[in-house]
Amino acid sequence: MAKLLKNREILLVLAIIVLVFAIALRFPGFIEPANLARVYNDTSILIILALGQMAVILTRCIDLSMAANLALSGMVAAMINAAFPGVPIPMVILTVVALGAALGSINGLLVWKLDIPPIVVTLGTLTIFRGTIFLLSNGAWINAHQMSDAFKALPRASFAGFPILSWLSVAAIAAIYVLMTRTPIGRAFFAVGGNPHAAVYTGIDVGRTRFLAYCLSGALAGLAGYLWVSRYAVAYVDIAAGFELDIIAACVIGGISIAGGIGSVAGAVLGSLFLGVIKNALPVINISPFAQLAISGTVIIIAVAVNARTEKRKGRVILKKAEAV
Amino acid sequence: MKIFKALMVTTAVSLALMAGTAHAADKKIALVVKALGIGFFEAANKGAQEAAKELGDVEVIYTGPTTTTAEGQIEVINSLIAQKVDAIAVSANDTDALVPALKKAMERGIKVISWDSGVAKEGRSMHLNPSSSPLIGNMIIKLAADQLPEGGDVAVLSATATSTNQNVWIEEMKKVLPNYKGINVVATVYGDDLADKSYRETQGLIQSYPNLKAIIAPTSVGIVAAAQAVTDAGKTGQINVTGLGLPSEMAGHVKSGASKSFAIWNPIDLGYSATMIAYDLIGGAEAKPGAELKMGRMGTVKLDDNNEGAMADPFVYDASNVEEFSKIF
Repeated sequence: MAKLLKNREILLVLAIIVLVFAIALRFPGFIEPANLARVYNDTSILIILALGQMAVILTRCIDLSMAANLALSGMVAAMINAAFPGVPIPMVILTVVALGAALGSINGLLVWKLDIPPIVVTLGTLTIFRGTIFLLSNGAWINAHQMSDAFKALPRASFAGFPILSWLSVAAIAAIYVLMTRTPIGRAFFAVGGNPHAAVYTGIDVGRTRFLAYCLSGALAGLAGYLWVSRYAVAYVDIAAGFELDIIAACVIGGISIAGGIGSVAGAVLGSLFLGVIKNALPVINISPFAQLAISGTVIIIAVAVNARTEKRKGRVILKKAEAV
Repeated sequence: MKIFKALMVTTAVSLALMAGTAHAADKKIALVVKALGIGFFEAANKGAQEAAKELGDVEVIYTGPTTTTAEGQIEVINSLIAQKVDAIAVSANDTDALVPALKKAMERGIKVISWDSGVAKEGRSMHLNPSSSPLIGNMIIKLAADQLPEGGDVAVLSATATSTNQNVWIEEMKKVLPNYKGINVVATVYGDDLADKSYRETQGLIQSYPNLKAIIAPTSVGIVAAAQAVTDAGKTGQINVTGLGLPSEMAGHVKSGASKSFAIWNPIDLGYSATMIAYDLIGGAEAKPGAELKMGRMGTVKLDDNNEGAMADPFVYDASNVEEFSKIF
């Protein structure tokens, strides 16, 4: 039992369950299955983004430009749809995923080839992406009536009782899980972050691995861009403003070490869900908006504090899973 | 394109000049906008032309820079001074930068007013606000109450908890609440002008208040997000989303039925009123605190201590007119 409690993921699952029950004490409707499904659906976009951010953070980098990438990709998706309503939605999605990956690759190239600190690179591209949206749209909004019905319907469409949006995040979790645990590149993310020097000796190109991590986070941001714009049926310059902090917070709460090399898909998902539960609970439990901000902040700091403690105990081991076998 | 536009402006101005010599008796009122080619201001011009037609002896010169810069407006104002127009009505790109040019105009006997976006007090004789906080506060609750003859629960979805405009409007709304029998404001929540948070707050309202009949969102991000959340929750027809929004942004949600009506200033009325006020000032009326200036079909405007006045209630948009206005702004 004590050993189980040391496992971060299990601790988080328990924390989420406790949280849900605590909220249910004040608002019983929260715990109904339909509502929990709704909370998951609402958190889907955050999960998809956190998975991308996780890959980047694992390689000792950070991607502050994800939300701006999302906004730019989302605006492009909306503009394509508004101008050519006949373009099939899967085509639109493929286009923005490719666009997102391309935007991510800019970050990756700057980090790889010019060796600029990731935080500086992505802070720069963050503003460039936001500025580009303004240039593209002239500051105008793309509104619900300019989008085709099919464009708005996809994430809402129900499959086996759940919206497609939820299923897409499940698919993303599964795909990233396989990528992280069953492919060389996935293991390389861990190796590069855990010990870049050792990674070089094992034949891993550190810069290239980071580049690929940024491409991955960019592609997921592109996907999230379409989902965001169609879910809220509006695209403008400021969509998802400040969301990059939520994404990073989800990763940190999920136990992904900012110092790189430590983390798991389950952690990223649980961290996102934890934030998602709080975000969805705050409106129904009737707390002042000022207290809401304080609560969100406190939770993140507690998570980081716990994180720091567990990391210290573990030490730094690369290829942790492989070693355990 | 820019050059072409500039040429057009010059041609228009010189044409106006020639026309002016033709009808020497006509009073020339210049409507200076933030930039040409913006739907909102094109609509204001429509109103100004309407006023000119009604008055008969007025010629409206609709002009402005090609981009929304103060420098461009100063250039335009200087050329208007050279043309000896009788009045300038300006929607300013900068509160202070236009003051010297406008002062020069006033020294030459030109009547200067600002409308929509004001200039500092010393640069104009009066400023016309599209509406006032008490009028807006009353309008947003009226929009909700008009659809609820039996009364019912309504909630407010605002921007941030600290945004001044919204807080003042909500306060004014609460002051007139007793005039609307049976309307209960059950909650005020804050969507921070973020689409996702506003959406989530709306979902929270729907869950927390099963009898909710209307959501009032006096913010353009909030009203759109709330309408979408109500649609997604399948509550269209049960919960009416209303408040302040732009026709182009709300057209889809009015069509879907999520919003029966909403309000914002009417640019046509604004251009009309600005022209009427300028005419009144040319005719000898004085702009001073407490004075009432005539605005034709819009009634009169009373000036406060800063020589500012509010035109009217925000204009209501619903299924009958939203299509038409969504093309304008």
